[in-house]
Amino acid sequence: MSGHVSPIREPLIEGGKSYHQITEDICAPTEQTPGLAWIITFIISVICLGMFAFSVAWTVWVGIGSWNLNRTINWGWDITNFVWWVGIGHAGTLISAILLLFRQKWRTGVNRAAEAMTIFAVICAGQFPLIHMGRLWLAIFIFPYPNTRGPLWVNFNSPLLWDVFAISTYFTVSLLFWYTGLVPDFATVRDRAKGFRKKIYSALAFGWNGSAKHWQRWESLSLVLAGLATPLVLSVHTIVSFDFATSVIPGWHTTIFPPYFVAGAIFSGFAMVLTLMLIARKVLNLQEYITLQHIESMNKVILLTGSIVGVAYLTELFIAWYSGYIYEQWAFQNRVLGPYSWSYIGMMLCNVISPQVFWSKRARRSIFITFFMSIFINIGMWFERFVIIATTLARDYLPSSWSYYVPTWVEIMIFVGTLGLFFTLFLIFTRVAPVVAIAEVKSILKTSGDQYTGFHPTAGHHGHHVPANAHTEANDLQAGGTVDIDEDHEIK
Amino acid sequence: MAHSIADEYNLKTGEPVADGHHHDVLFALYDDEEKLMAAVKEANSRHLHIMEVYTPFPVHGLDPLLGFEESRLHQAGFVYGALGTLTAFGFMTWVFTRDWPIIFGGKPYWSVPAFIPITFELTVLFAAVGMVVTFYIICGLGPGAEPIRLHDRITDDKFCIAFDLNHGGDDEDSIRDFFSATGAESVHRKLV
Repeated sequence: MSGHVSPIREPLIEGGKSYHQITEDICAPTEQTPGLAWIITFIISVICLGMFAFSVAWTVWVGIGSWNLNRTINWGWDITNFVWWVGIGHAGTLISAILLLFRQKWRTGVNRAAEAMTIFAVICAGQFPLIHMGRLWLAIFIFPYPNTRGPLWVNFNSPLLWDVFAISTYFTVSLLFWYTGLVPDFATVRDRAKGFRKKIYSALAFGWNGSAKHWQRWESLSLVLAGLATPLVLSVHTIVSFDFATSVIPGWHTTIFPPYFVAGAIFSGFAMVLTLMLIARKVLNLQEYITLQHIESMNKVILLTGSIVGVAYLTELFIAWYSGYIYEQWAFQNRVLGPYSWSYIGMMLCNVISPQVFWSKRARRSIFITFFMSIFINIGMWFERFVIIATTLARDYLPSSWSYYVPTWVEIMIFVGTLGLFFTLFLIFTRVAPVVAIAEVKSILKTSGDQYTGFHPTAGHHGHHVPANAHTEANDLQAGGTVDIDEDHEIK
Repeated sequence: MAHSIADEYNLKTGEPVADGHHHDVLFALYDDEEKLMAAVKEANSRHLHIMEVYTPFPVHGLDPLLGFEESRLHQAGFVYGALGTLTAFGFMTWVFTRDWPIIFGGKPYWSVPAFIPITFELTVLFAAVGMVVTFYIICGLGPGAEPIRLHDRITDDKFCIAFDLNHGGDDEDSIRDFFSATGAESVHRKLV
């Protein structure tokens, strides 16, 4: 069943791959000794992770006083980083869940890595609400458990508690979705492995054997989990925005926050996916699976969500003016022109102005421009959260308590430390698990492989290119010495 | 017919003896899902009893040919989700109206709109966790699970149709005949 082959869509798998070649290519990074680039990056990441451990220990030992928070500025880099990391996580779920429901085939090339990124980003995000309590060992108080104080329950009416439920549910569901997708691919790695590796992957693969009934249930499960994850991902950043929107602070108390935060989350998440995948496809040699077509599709999403975010920024300003309410008006005048105007300008440049280059197809397909844009957007989205939190809090109700906030070295080190945590986890992931979903890529080969689509942008670049509608048997032979059926087989 | 080469389970005679606990499996590997689909159709028309089909990725259109009904996993998911809804909403109602009523911000004890976010989250959590656990249990998968695994290339690029010689009710010759007629790439025999 090769399905419908679109005559105009560009291929998503290049190089005339056979099923076996897909397995070889995607499993390769898990089977080889890591290269020098990986080792150096890993060492740097682990050093940053060490900084994280040190700065968190310092915070706990010295107390929250080691941060530059005060009565006026009671949230600083901590919650800025929290919202930033949660937002980054959203792209993984969007790619794997929403694009699955929309039947977008380009999802298969990037969903695995994006989901991994989601999980690691949520792990990083989760650190901040815990650390900012100062007394980490009291973190259990946020859960409604039968305690000796009555039991005194938590406040279920508080958006901060909603956040606890939203983030922990999001993490759990993302992890289950990701792992269930990984099981068949771990089985592929297992069946190629020998010795001790085989034992490890046997445990990880849960005994997967590719039975048709299992596949049927697996697809059914994936579809329903995608259906559940779609409203979930929208709810998570909505609830994060409630942390601000439900508080009676001019500049925060706005109904536009939920959609604005969700669009911003997807925007920043795609930027992070691009940053990671542009490097990963090169280092892990996956250019034929994460093609320019994938990059262009993601850039289109960036253009859309960046523009939504831009409209939201302008709407905020317009509504502040239109409200006729001087305190609201002043809050936004202060945001744009006040002491933090540098961060507002940075946010506008990075998030709204610069992504407009993606109206040009050449820019969307340029790896160089895409990489720099992805970095800009990550910075811009960090600024956005900082603008919302710092400019609003620095000018509170009482002008005598106005202040200006700059972080201490501890706060900066914690942030750099979470980057270390994130990249350490991601680098381990690229060596342990197939970075591209093997089974899912194989399932779109007959409709999106370049030897079947009749569209050959790369013809002539690949020595082993095969003509259209070539049979897979031919491909097996093309792959050279890679066809090695076990000794117990017999050709008829 | 060609003889099967002994694998680790086979006796030296090449005549595997099944002891009732084992399946004496005769299976063939195909190199393409379209050949597999055609073969399954052919097996149905020859009234052969396929034990199991194994594929490296989900092959669409295969389920009806094998007579699979639609999975009811999503119905289980609905039940788990409803359980989550009731748990969350019921618990918050009990806490704030019976166990320890507290007024927050002058709102009523039973402030339903404020319960919606947590109720939603727990609905999703219960449905997702319940379905995933159910999936692994009904498939018999999990850490340490050892279901039948016939060939290492099945998770790579080969599509497998397997027959049980002891319990399937089809004689070996008709199965081998079917395999060669449908273009199987290789035929194997294994006691599992």
